[in-house]
Amino acid sequence: MSAVASGAPLLSAGLRETIAAETTKYPQPRSALLIALHLIQGELGYVPLQAQREVAELLGIKPIEVREVVTFYPMYHEHPVGRRNIQVCVNIACALGGARQVMRGLEDRLGIAPGGRTPDGQYSLEEVQCLGSCGTAVCVQVNNEPYIENVKPGAIDELLKRIG
Amino acid sequence: MPERYLLPPDGTDLRSIDAYRKQGGYAAATKALREMTPESVVEVVKESGLRGRGGAGFTTGQKWSFMPKPGGPKPSYLACNADESEPGTFKDRQIMERNPHLFLEGLIIGGYAIHARAAYVYIRGEYITAFRVLSDAIREARGAGLLGKGLFGSDREFDVHLMRGAGAYICGEETGMIESAEGRKGQPRKRPPFPAVSGLWNCPTTVNNVETVSHVPAIITRGAAWFKTIGTPASTGNTLFGISGHVNRPGVYELPLGTPLREIIEVHAGGVRGGRALKAIIPGGVSMPVLSAAQADVAMDHDSLKQVGSLLGTGGIVVMDETACMVRAAIVIARFFRHETCGQCTQCREGTAWLYKLLRRIEAGEGTLDDLKTIDSVGGYMEGQTICALSDAAAWAATGFLRRFRSEFEAHVHERRCPLPESFEP
Repeated sequence: MSAVASGAPLLSAGLRETIAAETTKYPQPRSALLIALHLIQGELGYVPLQAQREVAELLGIKPIEVREVVTFYPMYHEHPVGRRNIQVCVNIACALGGARQVMRGLEDRLGIAPGGRTPDGQYSLEEVQCLGSCGTAVCVQVNNEPYIENVKPGAIDELLKRIG
Repeated sequence: MPERYLLPPDGTDLRSIDAYRKQGGYAAATKALREMTPESVVEVVKESGLRGRGGAGFTTGQKWSFMPKPGGPKPSYLACNADESEPGTFKDRQIMERNPHLFLEGLIIGGYAIHARAAYVYIRGEYITAFRVLSDAIREARGAGLLGKGLFGSDREFDVHLMRGAGAYICGEETGMIESAEGRKGQPRKRPPFPAVSGLWNCPTTVNNVETVSHVPAIITRGAAWFKTIGTPASTGNTLFGISGHVNRPGVYELPLGTPLREIIEVHAGGVRGGRALKAIIPGGVSMPVLSAAQADVAMDHDSLKQVGSLLGTGGIVVMDETACMVRAAIVIARFFRHETCGQCTQCREGTAWLYKLLRRIEAGEGTLDDLKTIDSVGGYMEGQTICALSDAAAWAATGFLRRFRSEFEAHVHERRCPLPESFEP
C-alpha cells in the first residue's frame, strides 16, 4: 500500500471535520466509527490501512479496533473495488426471481467471477445477502446508491446500461 | 380494503412536514406531550395490546414499563431498530421512505413515555434512500420546533439521531445492534443485564422496531379501545405484510393481524404466478419454519401460526410454487445464516456451516438418508444453546424444510439428482 509510505494524511480536512461533527451526537466518540467508515469509503472508494489508522486517532481508539470493525461488516472494503461495485442479492426472494441467472449474465459479460474486478478497474461484482427489496426482486445495488429493482434475468444489457 | 394508518393513501405524498400535518400529523405527539403524563402514555399503549413488529412480538407497553423512573444516575435512551435485514422483510423501508414523519412522531411519543434523552435510529447501511428521506424529515421537524430543545413548547429536550449499519444481519439482534452502535463488531451480548437496565453506553435503553413505534400515534389519537377492534384479541392492530416470491403482485400490504394467509396470497398479491400450484410459504421471514400449501388457511396472527408449528416473525411472506425445489430453498437460507453467524458461539459457527454443506450434498445427488438424520441432529444441538437466536433460526429453517418436505429430500437421495428440473437455482 503506497499510501502508507507517504507522510501526507489520507483523510481530507473536510472529511475530518465531518467525522468530528458526527462524534458530537454520541456520549462516546467511538460510536461514530461506522458512519466515519462509510464517509471514508465514499471518498476513497475503500478503507485502506492508513485511513484506518487515521480514523482510529480521530476517535481515540486503537487501529486494531477499527480493523475489527472494517473486516466484520460486509459493506466495507479494505482493498480497491471497481468504480462501479455491482452487488446482486442472491437471497430467497431474488433467487426465486432468477438472481442466479442475473449473476451468471454479469459474470459472462464482465468476464469476472463474484469477488472479482475487471482489469481496467471499472467494475467489480459481489453476491450479497437480502437487501430488503424482496417485493421488487431481483435487486441490485451499485456502490451505496439507491437500488436498481425489478431486474429481469433476460435483460443484462439493460441492467448494464442502468449501472453506467 | 380495511383502513390504513401506517402507509399513506395511494397517490398521496406525505414526505414533507406540511403534507403530513395537513393530514392531522403531529396531533398525537402534541396530545401526548401537552395533555398526558409519560406513565399514562405507557398505560394506553399497554392497554392497546400492541406487540413488537420486529419479530419477537413482545408487548410494547410492558417493555416500556421496564424502564427506570426519571432522576436516576444515568440517562435513558430509545434505540430504534431500522436494520431490517430478515430475508423476506421489506416493510420498515416503506414507512421510512414514504411516511417518515409518522415514524418520527412515534419516536417522539415513545421517547416521552420512557423519559428518553434521545432516540438513536440504527438504519441498515444499504438503505441509503431511507437514510436520506429521514435526514430531511428530522431537519424539518427540528426547524418546526418538534425536536430538540423545548420541543412542542415544553421545557424538555429530545432529539433523534440516525446511525448507519454496514451489512451485518446480526445487528438486527437488539444487543448486536447496541454493540454496533457503540462502534464495535455486532456480536450479541449475554443477558442479563437486559437493555432496559444496561443498553446503549451502559444506560437504560428500550429497543423498538420502526413499525412498532409507528403504530403509536394512531393509538394515542384514537385510543386503545379502537386499536383493539382491529386484529385478534392477542394480536391487535394492522400490520405490514410483505409478500414476495412466486406471486403476481408482490409488495407490502397493510392489513389487520389475523388476516388469512390465503387471502393475502390470492386476493391482495393476485395469486400464484403463471397459474401454477402453491407449494410452500415462509410466513414471517426466513427464520420462521416453512408451511406447506395445505396450511395456507392459517390466520396470520401470533397464536394461529404457533398452532401450525411456525411463527409470525416479521410478517414477511415468501411464496413458492410447484416448480421450486425445497432443498434449494433450504440451501439459500442455510448459506445466508452461514454467512451471517457472528462466530462467537461454537454451535452456531460450526452448525450453520454443517447445515449448508449437508444440504449442498443432498442437492447434488450425493446425499444419503443418514445425512437427513444429521440435519436433524445438528439442528438439535443448535437450538437453545447460544447467546442469541440466530442459531435457533438457522436450525428451524433447515429442519423445518426437512420435516415439511421430507419425501422431496428423500427423492434427491434415491434418484441421486434434483427431481425438479424447472426449479430456480440457488
